[in-house]
Amino acid sequence: MQINNEFKPKIVAFCCNWCSYAGADLAGNNRLAYPENVKIIKVPCSCRVNPIFILRAFQRGADGVIICGCHPGDCHYTSGNYYTRRRMALLFSMLNYLGIEKERIRLEWVSAAEGAKFAATMNDFTSAVAALGENKRLEDLRCKK
Amino acid sequence: MQRIGVFVCWCGSNIAGTVDVQAVSDALKNEPGVVFSTNYQYMCSQAGQDIIKQAIAEHKLTGIVVCSCSPRMHEATFRKTAAAAGLNPYMVEIANIREQCSWVHKDMATGTEKAIILGKAAVAKVNLNAPLTPGESPVTKRALVIGGGIAGIQTALDIAEAGFPVDIVEKKPTIGGKMAQLDKTFPTLDCAACILTPKMVDVAQNENIRIFSYSEIEEVGGFVGNFKVKIRKKARYVKEDICTGCGICTEKCPQKKVPNEFNMGMDNRRAVYIPFAQAVPKVATIDPNYCTMLKTGKCGICSKVCTAGAIDYTQKDEIIEENYGAIVAATGFNPISMDKFDEYAYNQSKDVITSLEFERLTNAAGPTAGKLLRPSDGKHPHTIVFVQCVGSRCAACAEKGKEYCSKICCMYTAKHAMLTRDKYPDTEVYVFYIDVRTPGKAFDEFYRRAVEEYGVHYIKGMVGKVFPEGDKLMVRASDLLANKQLNIQADLVVLAAAIEPDKSARSIATMLTASMDTNDFFTEAHPKLRPVESPTAGVFLSGTCQGPKDIPETVSQASAAAAKVIGLLAKDKLTGNPCVAQPNELMCNGCSSCERVCPYGAITYIDKEFRMPDRTTAIRRIATVNEAVCQGCGACTVACPSGAMDLKGFASAQIIAEVDAICK
Repeated sequence: MQINNEFKPKIVAFCCNWCSYAGADLAGNNRLAYPENVKIIKVPCSCRVNPIFILRAFQRGADGVIICGCHPGDCHYTSGNYYTRRRMALLFSMLNYLGIEKERIRLEWVSAAEGAKFAATMNDFTSAVAALGENKRLEDLRCKK
Repeated sequence: MQRIGVFVCWCGSNIAGTVDVQAVSDALKNEPGVVFSTNYQYMCSQAGQDIIKQAIAEHKLTGIVVCSCSPRMHEATFRKTAAAAGLNPYMVEIANIREQCSWVHKDMATGTEKAIILGKAAVAKVNLNAPLTPGESPVTKRALVIGGGIAGIQTALDIAEAGFPVDIVEKKPTIGGKMAQLDKTFPTLDCAACILTPKMVDVAQNENIRIFSYSEIEEVGGFVGNFKVKIRKKARYVKEDICTGCGICTEKCPQKKVPNEFNMGMDNRRAVYIPFAQAVPKVATIDPNYCTMLKTGKCGICSKVCTAGAIDYTQKDEIIEENYGAIVAATGFNPISMDKFDEYAYNQSKDVITSLEFERLTNAAGPTAGKLLRPSDGKHPHTIVFVQCVGSRCAACAEKGKEYCSKICCMYTAKHAMLTRDKYPDTEVYVFYIDVRTPGKAFDEFYRRAVEEYGVHYIKGMVGKVFPEGDKLMVRASDLLANKQLNIQADLVVLAAAIEPDKSARSIATMLTASMDTNDFFTEAHPKLRPVESPTAGVFLSGTCQGPKDIPETVSQASAAAAKVIGLLAKDKLTGNPCVAQPNELMCNGCSSCERVCPYGAITYIDKEFRMPDRTTAIRRIATVNEAVCQGCGACTVACPSGAMDLKGFASAQIIAEVDAICK
């Protein structure tokens, strides 16, 4: 597939406050670069991420959405990431049914100690989304006005 | 409509180096609701905070956005600033333009563009913020210390000293931990027992301290100030309050072939035992895996010889429930298993031992009464090879070792080498090392003494293979500085095994909802500024459960943790987290979806009377949230099918506003 170097995908990253947001901070502390396309929204727990937020992002023109939480078993709220895992499995399969490429959405576990993993994940995800090109299928052009 | 002030921080050159701060504050000036926007070198400084306070008063701000470092760093600072100026502290939002922007992007144009978008998202959110007031909860003035090693002991003593009751839960029959097994301690060479056992006695005699030995944590509920803990007091088959610790049962028990874990399995104990002479509590314990009476019902000798009548074969595990205001994890460490290190022949020869086993061999209370004798034939070893970094700093062998430095091995190996040469000058001692790391007060001097005064042969290089040859051990190693291969015929090989967190730490961390790093060490709330607190409020860290440490460091950290606990317990009330779930009563249909996902049981249902449009009343079942119990994870908000549940501070509308701002 031809990668369009000009195209800069918009990526929304939902990060849980306790693990992944801290992991992103650690990537910053260690000056581990990742694309500026990634914009982080802090949520208390990955289980706060309502599938509606993700659909909203795609509707408003996001090209990729990534949800990051604590590793299974490490959730600050004991079981929040298990809920996330189940909910996202359903959402992903629905998006798949709608014809959204599965590379546009990802669920990833990043601990507070994994700054390097955070940066690597964001690099990888951004290039995967960039390779797909613009998200045209779910974007609501009426919102562009 | 809000009146929002935007404050862009330069953070010296940390932000201003990659983000055009003036452009950011200019761009955000035109966002909806923004009435004031400025930038300053150090917003967190007194002068910076004064700018914020002044602007709040001057422009009658109802909300502020600070574009600065991570909220994990200074959110609390700016909330306090807002509160001091009369603004509700929850009307503050932080746009993280340092860790998540200026530090990870190199180009000024892209950095500035991203910072503006992050600022816009924060403005969009703060437009929908509402003032929040945290609830208050009382503090249970009692602390729990998990682990009774030197870390737990020091923490408990310091808390008790301040007048608060403390419980120590130790899974072994006695407190004392690893330090009780040591012979001498570097760099002063005091005998470990001489400095530790008086502290153990202090613990036993302190009326503010209760010891639950041979006990484990079963369940932890609640939250900071109000933890509810279940402790399993395992059946020791000896009545603790009656046993006098005379030890007669431990002499008469016929089951003599139980590996003695206190001596690292190098000799045997009986099925009924007291781990060591200075154990606290000094009470016998029956090992149910070996006791003939418990296994077959035939024996009962210990019960016959016990003049106090303390033996009770029918004893059952007991569950104790207690409330605590604060919990300290002091779960300690263990040397890693040597099973995977075949190259050192640990499982082939009894004369290849770990450093902790060496420690027992040289200890006067150990299996050889302090005489350095080979475990295989009881002869005095004339050539000893110490191998450092066995499993430590082992990035290439992560499946069997650890990537980190275990920190204490260089010093205890120098101690072992020095003590051996001191007691047995006829012994040749070789130490193989990658680097010798001796940062610590009087540490390098200590190591130099081992080399210069005691003539220990330090050789830079790794041991490739150890194999038994006759009654000797052949050690193949390389000398990197001389660039040659060495073959040493040794009598004893001592492996400085890497240390790892105790296996129980992970399950305890899960119960405490405290986070751990990839090596199962507890993570601290901030690696530099909050090193003894866990990110989970009310949970504190003491000793090696947080990372490898020697005794002086462990004791300092233990006291630091105690200081933090005392600070918490000294408060009568704690303000809670106001970012809790909030049901919309009119939309809730009482379906129980939220109750089922709540990990804290914070949601209950009540029947509430509603006035209907036709002036009749109807009683409907609706959800209510106990704000003192809710931790604000938000699981219920997504589970609610009617969208009635929302989370204060992270409301759906706020998050959607952020999404919109980012995707614009």
